[in-house]
Amino acid sequence: MDETFNPAASAPDDFRPATGDHREEEQKAFVNQSYWHDVFHRFCANKGAVIGLIFIVLILLFAIFGPMLSHYSYRTVDPLSTNLKPRIPGLEKLGIFSGYNDSVSTAYHYFGTDNLGRDLFTRVAQGTRVSFEIAGLAVLCDVLLGVVYGLVSGYFGGKVDMVMQRITEVLNSIPTMIVVTLLLLIIKPGMGSIIIAMMLTGWINMSRIVRAQVLKVKEQEFVLAANTIGDTNRNIIFKEILPNAMGQIIVTFMFSIPNAIFMEAFLAFIGLGIPAPMASLGSLINDGYKSAMIYPHMILSPVIILALLMLSFNLFADGLRDAIDPQMKQI
Amino acid sequence: MAERSRILKVRDLDVSFKTTNGSVSAVRGVNFDLYKGETVAIVGESGSGKSVTVKTIMGIKSNNESIDSGTVEFTYNGDNGETVTEDLAKLTPREMQRRIKGKRIAMVFQDPMTSLDPTMSIERQMCEGMRYHFKMSRKEASQRALELLQQVGIEDAEKRLKNYPHQLSGGMRQRVVIAIALSCNPELLICDEPTTALDVTIQARILELIMKLQEERGISVIFITHDLGVVAKVADYVNVMYAGKIVEKGTVDDIFYDPRHPYTWGLLSSMPDTSTHDDRLYTIPGSPPNLINNITGDAFAVRNPYAMNIDFRREPPMFRINDHHEAATWLLAEGAPHVEMPETLKRRIEKAKKEAEEYGAV
Amino acid sequence: MKKYIFKRVVIAVITVLVILLILYLMLDLMPGSPFNDEKMTAEQQAALYAKYGLNDPFPVRYLRYVRDMLKGDFGISYAIQKNCPISTMLKARVPISLRIGLQAAVFGTFVGLILGIVAAIKRNSPWDTVATTISVLGVSLPSFVFALLLSYLFSYKLKVFPLLYSSKEAFKSTILPTISLSMFTIASIARYSRSELIEVLNSEYILLADSKGITRTRLICTHAVHNALIGVITVLAPLVVNLMTGSLVVEKAFSIPGIGSLYIKAIQMNDYNVTLSISFLYSVLFIFTMLLVDILYGIIDPRIRLAKEG
Repeated sequence: MDETFNPAASAPDDFRPATGDHREEEQKAFVNQSYWHDVFHRFCANKGAVIGLIFIVLILLFAIFGPMLSHYSYRTVDPLSTNLKPRIPGLEKLGIFSGYNDSVSTAYHYFGTDNLGRDLFTRVAQGTRVSFEIAGLAVLCDVLLGVVYGLVSGYFGGKVDMVMQRITEVLNSIPTMIVVTLLLLIIKPGMGSIIIAMMLTGWINMSRIVRAQVLKVKEQEFVLAANTIGDTNRNIIFKEILPNAMGQIIVTFMFSIPNAIFMEAFLAFIGLGIPAPMASLGSLINDGYKSAMIYPHMILSPVIILALLMLSFNLFADGLRDAIDPQMKQI
Repeated sequence: MAERSRILKVRDLDVSFKTTNGSVSAVRGVNFDLYKGETVAIVGESGSGKSVTVKTIMGIKSNNESIDSGTVEFTYNGDNGETVTEDLAKLTPREMQRRIKGKRIAMVFQDPMTSLDPTMSIERQMCEGMRYHFKMSRKEASQRALELLQQVGIEDAEKRLKNYPHQLSGGMRQRVVIAIALSCNPELLICDEPTTALDVTIQARILELIMKLQEERGISVIFITHDLGVVAKVADYVNVMYAGKIVEKGTVDDIFYDPRHPYTWGLLSSMPDTSTHDDRLYTIPGSPPNLINNITGDAFAVRNPYAMNIDFRREPPMFRINDHHEAATWLLAEGAPHVEMPETLKRRIEKAKKEAEEYGAV
Repeated sequence: MKKYIFKRVVIAVITVLVILLILYLMLDLMPGSPFNDEKMTAEQQAALYAKYGLNDPFPVRYLRYVRDMLKGDFGISYAIQKNCPISTMLKARVPISLRIGLQAAVFGTFVGLILGIVAAIKRNSPWDTVATTISVLGVSLPSFVFALLLSYLFSYKLKVFPLLYSSKEAFKSTILPTISLSMFTIASIARYSRSELIEVLNSEYILLADSKGITRTRLICTHAVHNALIGVITVLAPLVVNLMTGSLVVEKAFSIPGIGSLYIKAIQMNDYNVTLSISFLYSVLFIFTMLLVDILYGIIDPRIRLAKEG
């Protein structure tokens, strides 16, 4: 900081009052950005989350287009081609993935075959598709259930809320696994029954989050304002409260998907999975498990896909949560 | 003034933070002094750099914070009774922790609801510092803690010692915080907006408490606040900070009766006053600058209704008004037009002067 | 505090009763009857029904069921081991499952805490990256991935640990299962203790404690960790659930003769009694653990422990 002021160095109009054009400088400092714009930027800055998203999309494409592109069907049994190791054209020249011939076969099976000779590439792709369907539908349903339950419980408060919360408290004390297992004992496992079973237990978490959001927003003044104007309950819920809770709902939705996929795989592992010849990632792992030590390729492909899927979803959901609300307490 | 011994000498302090968007200069060349037994107030808006400055003195810094330059010379009584002067900016965290923190410089924080550990009893929290610095036994420390609680005006001190923070009211918690700060007999007390989070009635009591303790123990105090009413009550000297720099410094009388910097005018004008007949409450238009960008000229120029062209070109140095009053504004330079403070402010000050004469100076 | 505990206990008891209700409803609705011998005539069946009180009204049967279950009399198995009392079947298996579960819980918590605490203290250092990576992996990957990986590496290739459980090498053969089972625990606790500790370290009271001039170690050990732990306790619920589901997987993968593998077998063989009994066991275990956690919470956090005074 210069202690001495040198008059000679000053310009002649130094001490004239400043003209107004300097005021705009101040406005530059604060650019108005919309909320979702910020969210988008924060998300993209998180490398892990972006990688997760990329993998999810890749696997999704694999699940959708895999069975179509392969000339094998997921259910055709071929006793002549059982237990083949993966064989990929091009790479086999390098010595890896060159297949192993139990029988004389010149066919290419990218992921190998299982113990009944079915092409694993198609089965894994099909299985991934089924896993996605189950997880997606189940989560969608329990999100809907949870959101409605949470909205009603939070908004109406008082006795309604208390009763509803007691119910969830008791229901929550029963481990999900038990409920699902028991349900599936009664209704034999099949795509529909698995979805219903998972749906019946997953909504509790979502309802709790939605309710917390509703309570938070309810305190705020614009709800009071809307009420004063005479807006109907339904309008307030949908127009004021729901948009604010949307961020959390999306994040919880994204986190529930890997949970559902895992639950399905777990059920398959215990023997309550999709019945043959349909495949899901879980049932493939269960099948491959029996010969995992001798023919590792049978269990490797579904396990890797499952692991990648869950990892990617978790990274993605994590990044989404950090982007939407950096201060949100992690669940 | 009789022998004044200087305790703190801060020169050219520059502190910046590294953020993902760039480097933010929070403190840009701060100079001030503190003498024994006196109270210096640092006034400014949020973001002016006042908290960062004192935290640097205390040795509290975040991971991305760095002292770019400057010295913080602190004079204190060493362990053997001799007088020691050290540059706090150069000490390692370990040295700060062993020699200075708690023992020689202590701090009172802003929000009493969050400054105490919710899971530890009052007794333990109070004794902690004493047991570490003085190697006291638990009994001795508890005894002293009891005395301290009584000195800060907490009734039923024995019961309160065994309590946990959530069982005390805000005012009581702040008294505990003050007691903790004084527990190791520091020579310098830093109060960072200690009354902002309290009710107005409690505010006055806490301020009185601080002033009383200061007199009894001969401590020097740095008081941070944005409330000019508090400044009028406790301070001997005032430093007005804006955007990381001190823009005006002087005695309390200088600042309140003879302010020279337009920012100070703005601050004084925006104090609500029951006697003013204006229908509008004056506020300084605009907001503090974003300190990430390098600032050319005077940082206050953008919001300054009296800004001149030179304010946007060069940064004003500190101009001396008298022995104890300085201000960094080009209005004080030779060749600058004569600008008077706003009319309403002038009238207010006149009125205040008259009242002071009538009722006798405080 | 007493009120707090009492309320929790009441809810726990009600939940147990509700679960028993659901279980009994299912038992009632199951197709088939306990006496499946085709050789019996209709009259003999009717006589047996009357003898076992199976014609009594629902509430009576339900209460009888509750009483039996709470006494530990779970009935008999119909498919796995015909006419063997279920409690006998369980007796040998419970200690094994319990042992692996506890080992996994203790080991997992311990390792998780260390990882999380160090990661929080040395933020953004290589240690932090390692801890975070382990956390993400451990939380995302199901336990059978770890079980497979570990058994392939250590049992098949390196032959360090036995592949399957054997009671002769009891401890050694529980090492791999314990590690697989504990991965989720390690990951969750590391993640939460890290984030809790970081949040605590940024709070005002840490600043105040620091300004007192105490050493950093003391600061972290006495102030920060205690407060962070309170936050970590909230994560214990999903952990216990995961330990239960994981134990099923791990027991199947390593052929451990515990409750989990019995459960799987019962499901596959449609042995309802066994399935329901073990479901009951797991539920009670879960509810009991949650009660313990709640009480623990009350002890650690003085805000709950002491009623608010003036």
